[in-house]
Amino acid sequence: MSATTPRTYVPRNVSVADIERLVGMGHAREGAPADSIAGVTPRLVVEPASTEEVSEVMKLASQAGLKVAARGGGTKLGWGNPPEALDLIVSTARLNRLIEHSAGDLVATVQAGINLDNLQAQLAKAGQMLALDPPGHACTIGGVIATDASGPLRLRYGTVRDLLIGITVVLADGTVAKSGGKVVKNVAGYDLGKLYTGSFGTLGIVVEATFRLHPLPEAVRTVVLNVRTPAQAGEFVGAIGRSSLVPSALELEWAHNAETAALYVGFEGIAPGVEAQAEATMQLAKTYGECHTVEAEEAQDDIWRRLRELPWQHSEGVGLKLTCVPTAVPSLLHALLTGTGSNRCLYLRARAATGVILAVMAAGAPADFAARIEELRRVAGQHGGSLVVLHAPPELKRAVDVWGPVGDALPLMRRVKERFDPNRTLNPGRFVGGI
Amino acid sequence: MDITQLAQAMRAIVGRQGVISEREQLRTYECDGLTGYRVVPALVVLPENAEQVQAVVRLCHEQGVPFVARGSGTGLSGGALPVEEGVLIVLSRMRRILEIDLPNQRVVVEPGVINLWVTQEVAPEGYYFAPDPSSQLVCSIGGNVAENSGGAHCLKYGFTTNHVTGLEVVLPDGEMVHLGGKAPDSPGYDLLGAFVGSEGTLGIVTKITLRILRKPETVRTLLAAFNSTDDAGSAVSAIIAAGIVPAAVEMMDALAIEAAEAAVHPNYPNAPALLIVELDGPAVEVEHQFQLVEQLCNESGSTEIRIAVDDEERVLMWKGRKSAFAAVGRISPDYYVQDGVIPRTALPEVLREIAALGERSGVRVANVFHAGDGNLHPLVLYNGDVEGEAERAEDVAGDILLICLKHGGSITGEHGVGEDKKKYLPRMFTEDDMKTMQLLRCAFDPHGFCNPGKVFPTPRLCGEVPGPARLHPLQQAGLAEVF
Repeated sequence: MSATTPRTYVPRNVSVADIERLVGMGHAREGAPADSIAGVTPRLVVEPASTEEVSEVMKLASQAGLKVAARGGGTKLGWGNPPEALDLIVSTARLNRLIEHSAGDLVATVQAGINLDNLQAQLAKAGQMLALDPPGHACTIGGVIATDASGPLRLRYGTVRDLLIGITVVLADGTVAKSGGKVVKNVAGYDLGKLYTGSFGTLGIVVEATFRLHPLPEAVRTVVLNVRTPAQAGEFVGAIGRSSLVPSALELEWAHNAETAALYVGFEGIAPGVEAQAEATMQLAKTYGECHTVEAEEAQDDIWRRLRELPWQHSEGVGLKLTCVPTAVPSLLHALLTGTGSNRCLYLRARAATGVILAVMAAGAPADFAARIEELRRVAGQHGGSLVVLHAPPELKRAVDVWGPVGDALPLMRRVKERFDPNRTLNPGRFVGGI
Repeated sequence: MDITQLAQAMRAIVGRQGVISEREQLRTYECDGLTGYRVVPALVVLPENAEQVQAVVRLCHEQGVPFVARGSGTGLSGGALPVEEGVLIVLSRMRRILEIDLPNQRVVVEPGVINLWVTQEVAPEGYYFAPDPSSQLVCSIGGNVAENSGGAHCLKYGFTTNHVTGLEVVLPDGEMVHLGGKAPDSPGYDLLGAFVGSEGTLGIVTKITLRILRKPETVRTLLAAFNSTDDAGSAVSAIIAAGIVPAAVEMMDALAIEAAEAAVHPNYPNAPALLIVELDGPAVEVEHQFQLVEQLCNESGSTEIRIAVDDEERVLMWKGRKSAFAAVGRISPDYYVQDGVIPRTALPEVLREIAALGERSGVRVANVFHAGDGNLHPLVLYNGDVEGEAERAEDVAGDILLICLKHGGSITGEHGVGEDKKKYLPRMFTEDDMKTMQLLRCAFDPHGFCNPGKVFPTPRLCGEVPGPARLHPLQQAGLAEVF
């Protein structure tokens, strides 16, 4: 048996100048408080300009025993557990190019640091889009992949995993590895794109990605229905599901103590198509409550721009993501709405037909918070789902396991991490089970 | 433990009926749908439930015996080719549909369930299972998961991987894990996504949660004849450029049309190229876009357009296409089904190159493909009784893959790498790419017992995980020491 000799790295004092030698003058610097992740400030920040430079930086970092986090737009850096340790942030700010847009093939290859809005603007010139609408307008493609961020449109187009067709990552030891390719249909080799998606930078640093694109819809329509109870919302969503309507998004918005909640049903397609679907939806909705159709494009844009953003962004509250089978959304909403005092819910948003709920909860004392999370996790678990604490002050995050139980595959996940990053160089402690 | 003892131990797990050890009976399982490769396994075991699969795998693991999982055996890359001295675990007795949850659009099945059964089961309520490989009458869901099977309708609806939300897996050491579930976004690594399409090298699925879809309100299908594959190709480009995402776009060339006509008489127009275009969705949208498709076909020089007026006509249109592989048997004693992918826009050029290749080598190639997503299925015709023809056909089939790669494509769109294409994998991926894929393999199957020798050209030992030295579990328990 050819066992590899265990390597023990002696952490070396890497300086800004050491890194500048790899990426050029002015592209590495000391870390500042603004670079902190959950209160942990890195010693160094580097902005490589190519895959090769990322690879060189990672070789140096891993040999020196540095702990590394990748950063894109920084919009979701607070997600996950606080880092166990952090020496170096690898920013993808200079990896910001659209490498290739093959409009005829509905495929685009980008560098990880490209801003999503910027990419969409370039694709729109050819009447196309990447069908992802995650929160955070400053977000980058790399960050969206690493956090598996999604928005209302997932109902129609799926999430990153359904659109990503090729990926290149730099592993902890500097190895550059791609999987997938540039064609939509491809089963050659393992589909590591899915493994990296949502892995929170713990397996490698995404440097390039290829996506399948969709045509921009010619027309959009939004139907708004006011409902009085979670159960009523559930009934309507069920009725939509049994109909032949094909909504692109279905979002429920519930403010605490509000008399009614609003259900937004979005349609995309050609003008006569969305008109017909909106009309049919109105017919269906009438029996449930007050409803109307929004036709003005600007007003619709406002609605969906708001609904894709994280609801806790401008609030003092804690941000939770709960999942369940779609039919259990009303039960979960009910459980959330019955919270009182420091556990009361300030605001709820549900991707009602997919089974995802975003909740803003008042931030109470750590012990109360932990008890409430446990209680809600039990309810979500009864419906096949989970609860993840996405946004909370570090002291509350430390009071709970932000990811919650992962099930019997956790040991396997640990083995995957051990193979890809045996020295725990990348984002140590931030992922499930302390990976 | 020798084979006789192993067979005995297996019988203790699955019963007498569940173990095959007679040489003649074992031969039934010597190949899958790719009959060019044949290996007789040492033993065939047919478990009836997940617990038996787990016990069988655990025994293999303990005894260091390699094993291969097999569903219906329709695979076309030799993925279920047995290993000599190994056990073939056949899942075809695990055929129960365990749960149907229509409101949440989920169906839970055992791996041996046939693809089409799922749709048949939920069709009366107006639902269906989207992935529809040509073999859907016989292929198993477990096999679909292993191969990430596609089908004609994956242009719009995606592949198996987009329609599986949960798996119960027996890992190569016999441990059982649950990946994903009925609800979305399980926290943790998306091992479900990494598992689907791993060609039986990471473990054996014992339970699968599928996503089913609501039947579309309207389906419209047309058949358009063209004077050349170039014209047909430009019609496809025009349809895509118009912002239409058809449910399916299929193309056949003259030789494929001839074969289909000889075999199932779909009454296709006699033309150098045919397109089948299918749209589905809400009625108003489909009607509008269907007219546009018709117009675009005409503008691209279509010589004849037929529109299916009812389901019967639609079925007939599809019958010719779906039976095209087997139909080629009518015009050639032997044939090899290739599976390659190109960027769709490279289609005219690639077809010219394939035609030139065929002429140069004197080998006939019939072309059938999923034109919407650039997935080619060239059928390389030969007569195995004529010396040298089989080899020549194999060379031509291989060269077609190299043409695909030259145009930025892939060596397989849906059939998998398996045994057949592993030598081409290094043409598509670097040594580092493949080493990185092997990291995943090593996390699941450090000893390499599970479908060994497939997918990757050179088997690799996983080695210990580098990093801080760690005690062996036996050491930890004080049962062993390392000197």
